[in-house]
Parts: sequence; structure tokens; C-alpha cells
Amino acid sequence: MQHFINVLLNGITQGIVIAAFALALVLIFRSTRIVNFAQGSQAMFTTYIALTLMNNDFPYWVAFLGALAAGFIIGAVLERVVIRPLEGGMELNIVIATLGLYVAIQALAAILFGSDYKSFSSPVGVQGFQVGDLNLALTPTSIFVICTVGVVVVGLTLLFQKTQLGLTMRAAAFDGEVSRILGVRVSHLLTFGWALAGLVGSVAGILVATGSFIYPSYMESLIAFGFIAAVIGGLDSPIGAVVGGLILGIVNSLVSGYLAPGLVTIGAFVVLIAVLLLKPGGLFSSTQARRV
Amino acid sequence: MSVLEIKNLTTTYGPVKALDSVDVAVETGQITAVLGANGAGKTSLLRTVSGLVKPTAGTITLDGTDITGKPTESMVHRGMAHVPEGRGVIAELTIEENLRLGMRGAAKRPTDTPAPVRTLDDAYQLFPVLGDRRNAQAHTLSGGERQMLVIARALLARPTLLLLDEPSLGLAPRIVAQIFNLVRALVNDSGLTVLLVEQNARSALSIAHTGVVLNLGKVVVTESAEVLQNDATLRHSYLGF
Repeated sequence: MQHFINVLLNGITQGIVIAAFALALVLIFRSTRIVNFAQGSQAMFTTYIALTLMNNDFPYWVAFLGALAAGFIIGAVLERVVIRPLEGGMELNIVIATLGLYVAIQALAAILFGSDYKSFSSPVGVQGFQVGDLNLALTPTSIFVICTVGVVVVGLTLLFQKTQLGLTMRAAAFDGEVSRILGVRVSHLLTFGWALAGLVGSVAGILVATGSFIYPSYMESLIAFGFIAAVIGGLDSPIGAVVGGLILGIVNSLVSGYLAPGLVTIGAFVVLIAVLLLKPGGLFSSTQARRV
Repeated sequence: MSVLEIKNLTTTYGPVKALDSVDVAVETGQITAVLGANGAGKTSLLRTVSGLVKPTAGTITLDGTDITGKPTESMVHRGMAHVPEGRGVIAELTIEENLRLGMRGAAKRPTDTPAPVRTLDDAYQLFPVLGDRRNAQAHTLSGGERQMLVIARALLARPTLLLLDEPSLGLAPRIVAQIFNLVRALVNDSGLTVLLVEQNARSALSIAHTGVVLNLGKVVVTESAEVLQNDATLRHSYLGF
């Protein structure tokens, strides 16, 4: 019983971080139909910025906010400088550009920060709680992670559903031309969308690093699982990203806890294939069929 | 006085001239109907006027200001509201959200612009069917209701000039009559100016003051609606009735 509860708790914590990263991917995909392969590298880079701030005696929270700001700015700059000039050509050009960025940013991080393991401390403890005789796989850090992602999800929901800016972002994502006719500056919103995705990605990057180690490719498994979660959720649905992330986190943890840790990736792909067989558009997709 | 003056306008798609030296003047407080068959250049005309397509030659003047080549996003603030072909509702948003987007456009308009629809309540009063279903997604609306939604949305931006692209397309004759009567009433009551593009020449001329006939991108004739309705030769050659 203790084992099962711990496997579940572990899965939720893992899943919520996957969800945060999947959200970042979905934010860009729903407005541009582009999958940003560089998202994970951007997040990794901003986590190094946070670490640098912490090593210079700034408190964790300042470093956290600094990384978010950096993620926001990097997202906006990449959209303006790299992605914007490629628009109007083949979509594949942009996808390949993001793949290039993925590798380039990783290499840049290795040059600037070194490629060795660096420890990234947690602002709260990493010691599991104890209830009676039960040693829970729930730590102050995992509660911090869950709450932080909760804040991000609530914040994004309020932004999209309750604000004028969110309404124009949704309008621009669904119908760019009609939005322009209505006076919406769609191109500014695209930049803002990349910036926002950069910010949300940074949150995921820091959360997965907190209480652990970072190195230039530490985001790789999160990138893979984030993509799978986003696809399970339908790629253009923020709710889908969160649900997909949680499903995947729990399945991963079950596979790792009851079968073998080495089978986790296979388990994730089995879930992906099962979902795509039953609902080819993903669980929460707004579109019925998708070009492949 | 004309609100909109189009002079010598030419728009090309590759080697094809969609518009060829087109001149149209849209008089204040009137309905000007641009008529013609499929492919005559009617939609290209509206798309060029609202900046979605850049012209290769010619000028477009709105209220005395040259707006040729200005970005589409700025047109709403200049007092132009474009209701695109195929109606242009944002189907995934609710009816109220669609209307809010229209109202957003009014923010930069002078407050003294005469406008028949200023608030969401005005819109729901004009079209009660929209009010009843304000929180439903727009894709649940019928064709006629969609047309009402996009007209209400355009009016909420408090325009001086309304561009209407084929509002009759795919609608039952009774609904077409209802919508055309409404457009005429808006023009009569509030001084709105309308540039209407229509394939359904008979209905369009019944509410228009002036008719412009386009054929293969060229203006064939510009006449009062009354004259066009009574000219059997023109009707047979270009208007199909």
C-alpha cells in the first residue's frame, strides 16, 4: 500500500512538471501550428541563468523570477529574429530552424556554463513527509512544484478567459485574417505568444532542476515526455496538456515502480499509441482530423 | 461628398489582373452596390480596400486620408468595418466574445461618431436571437444568424463605412430580404455608409442608391440603382436578371 501511494505521488509530481512543459509547447502550437523543438533548450538556458544568479548570492526567488523574465525575453527575441523572417515559406523551414536552435543553444550553454553536473538547490526541503509509519514520497519540494504549476495554470486560464489580451490571443489563434480585420495586431500577439511560452517553459526547466542536478542536456527526457503529453492532449488544448502530463507522469511512475525503470520510455509510447488509435486528434483537440 | 474614393486601382495576382484601373466613389450616407459575376473582382476590391491585398497601382482615400497600402489592423480605427465573404465569425469563440472583439475596435474611435449599436445590449436588442444564446459557441449558429452576428460585430466598432461582402451568399430569400432591409434601415436612420458587394444584383439594387458593375476586373458602368434596374440590356448582359 505504501508503495502504491508513493508511486502515485511520485507520478503526480513528475506529471505536473511534464504538464508545465507541454503547456509551453501548446501555447506556440495553437497560435502558429509550429512545434518549437527549441523550447527545452530555452528552458535549460534560463535555468543556468537562475543558477548563475544563485551562485552570486541572490535568493532562490530572485533567481526564479530572473529566469522567468529571461525566458520571456528569449522567446520574444527568437520569434522576431529567427522565426519571423522564415514566415511565408514552407512550415518545415521553421521546424528545422527550431531544431537548429535546440542544438545551438545547448552548445552555447556548454561553452558558457560548462558541461559538468551542477547541483541546483531547493528553497524548501527534499526530505519526504512521514505519516505514522508511512514514509511518503511527498517532499516540501514536490508540494512547491505542484503549487507553482497550479499558479501557472490558473494564471494562464485567467489570462485567456478573463482578459481582453487573452480574448485577442484566442481570436488570433483561431482566425488571423478576421482578427486583423477587427483591428487585432496579430503579429504582436505572435511575439507575445512565444514570449509567454518561453516563460512557462522556464518554469518547467527550473522545477525539474530544483533539488537535483543540471547539465546542458538535463531537459532531454522532459522534452520527450512533454511532446508526448502535448500530443496526447491534442497539441492545441492547454487543458489537454495538463491532463496529458498527469496521465503520462502517473503511467511512467507505475511502470517504473512495478515493472522496471528501463521500460518507462516504452510505456510512454504505448500510452501515446493507444490514445492516437482511439482518438487520433488527441484527447482534447478542437480539430477533428490533422494533417500528418 | 464621398467617404471612400477609389481611383485607378489595379490589383494583380501573379500575371492575373483582378482589378484593372477601377474607379469607385462611395457617397456619404448611401449604399453603393458593386455587382458582377463570379470572378469579376468584387471580393478583390473589398480586400484591397481593407488592406488585405496590396494594390499594384492606384489610390484609396477614406474621409480625405490616403489609406493605400496601410495595414489592415489600422482600418477599424480609421472607421472602416469589413464583413468578409463567408461571414467571418470566429466559430470557436462564443457569440459574446465575437461581439467583444468588435467593441474593442471602437476604443480608438471618436466618441461623437453616430452609431446605432454602441453596447452589447444594443446588439442584443437589434438581434434578440444573439442575446438568447450569447454564451453559445458561434459555430452553433445558422447561416442567417452568423450574418447577423458579423454585422452586429462590425457595427460595434462604430464605423462610418461598412464593407459587406456577399451577405446573401447561401441564405434563404426570406433571410436575405430581412438582412438587406436591416442594412437599408441602418443607413437611413444613422447615416452609415455602405459599400456592398453582391452577386444577387436584384436584391442589392433594391436597397442601393448607386450600382457599379464590374466585369473581368473593369468597371463597365456606374449608374443610379434606379437606372440600372430599368435598363434591360445591362441587366441581361451583366446582372443575370
